[in-house]
Amino acid sequence: MTRQEILTELKKVISPYTTNKEMLADINENTDLIRDLKINSANLVDIIIDAEAKYNIEIDYDAADKMMNVGTCIDVISERLK
Amino acid sequence: MAKRVVITGMGVVAPNGIGVPAFLHAIQNGITGIKFMPHYRELNFSCQLAGMPDFKWDTLSNYISDVTLHGLKGTNIAYGLVAALDAWADSGMPYDTDEPRWETGCVFGNSIADTEAMKNVILKVDNKEAKKLGSRVVEQAMNSGPTSYISGRLGLGNKVITNSAACATGTQAILMGYEYIKHGYAKRMLVGSTEHVDTYVYGAFDSMRVLSRRYNDDPEHASRPMSISAGGFIPGSGAGALVLEDLDFALARNAKIYGEVLGGSSNSGGQRLGGTMTSANSTGVIRCINEALESSGINPKQIDLISGHLTATNADKQEIKNWSEALNRKGEDFPDTNSLKSMIGHCLSAAGSIETVASILQIVHGFVHPNLNLDDPNPEITEIVNVKRLPIKMIKKEVNIVAKANFGFGDVNSCLILSKYN
Repeated sequence: MTRQEILTELKKVISPYTTNKEMLADINENTDLIRDLKINSANLVDIIIDAEAKYNIEIDYDAADKMMNVGTCIDVISERLK
Repeated sequence: MAKRVVITGMGVVAPNGIGVPAFLHAIQNGITGIKFMPHYRELNFSCQLAGMPDFKWDTLSNYISDVTLHGLKGTNIAYGLVAALDAWADSGMPYDTDEPRWETGCVFGNSIADTEAMKNVILKVDNKEAKKLGSRVVEQAMNSGPTSYISGRLGLGNKVITNSAACATGTQAILMGYEYIKHGYAKRMLVGSTEHVDTYVYGAFDSMRVLSRRYNDDPEHASRPMSISAGGFIPGSGAGALVLEDLDFALARNAKIYGEVLGGSSNSGGQRLGGTMTSANSTGVIRCINEALESSGINPKQIDLISGHLTATNADKQEIKNWSEALNRKGEDFPDTNSLKSMIGHCLSAAGSIETVASILQIVHGFVHPNLNLDDPNPEITEIVNVKRLPIKMIKKEVNIVAKANFGFGDVNSCLILSKYN
């Protein structure tokens, strides 16, 4: 999967956790999940759990801590898809 | 100086009507909310009926954000949210606020988290998958789930308290909110209670053999408070909510006023003198009613209507005896008396708040709702009360003062005195 393909799929994973749907449509690798998409920090674990299920991967605590913006999310997911 | 406390908004999720207009129509016309539950037959329950609101989960999107709705599983929280937010809107105030509403608090009761929803948690943990539970379990498992969702949606910044006193929870929540305003701690309190009787809680009541089991094929006639053929109660689910306000505060914003809370009392029989975990000490009940009258500054003759606890167990006759002794009234002089449980079953924690909404509606619209299924009243009750005071059809009449009481497991009692606003 290319980074762009992961980004497209990631939008669907993130969607239930943001009320900022307009911003979601235009996300790029620098978009911050909490600051830009106004996601409740507690919900980041739900995004990680959903991503694990979607890609059938395991994301450990250390990797999860890095997933603060769209770019780092894609980093962690693409690494595990290799 | 003590403040006067008025009711400026109401909301209800009841087995026989969701929203005040539907609920008013139902209680005026004696419409039952008791339904046969096929699943309960499969589970081999002795009682297979429930008072279950016709609740559409999708309607929650009118009340909370899609993000909050995604992952919401607790039915008790859903009912509480809808009743509370409807009451808030009814009082003429918007949901959204940037600043906390420091002058407004919340006392909302419930008895237990949605165990059906919690079952998924138990299964995941036992399957060594705790990591997959996510962030939304704790906030719904905690006892303060309903108050947290309600106060968060509305930005309530005064006291936010979750109370729990079994079947006396609802009346107790209203009383607590009343007391905070009366003593000047808050200007406005959103009060009420919620209950979702899921299969696990239901099963436990079923095993106690306190539920009605002879009418499974005739739901409409199954809940029979005060009747000689009463054979136990029917569990019900739902929520009721009221906005209480300091009278001056309400007048200053030209709020619509439904009625007034004159006073009330909450006590316990101490599980002594005949009181136990599951039955009321009559001395405690009578004391509770008398204290409520005293705090309201009214005499027993002024009571027009008793909205009883009256669940359809053999405790009904003792309850009537207690009212008669507390008020020193009997025969034709006994106040009109009704039990909403004849229509919706016993909504446990939510009973007091739903029944208080019904009481206020009877004051506002001038009627006494019928007792369903009371064509064969218990002679031990009619020995005390003239049968004319136990109406089986709606009576149109002026109702100025209602005594609303509930009695719960743990030998806890709560009684409110509600009045027309003068």
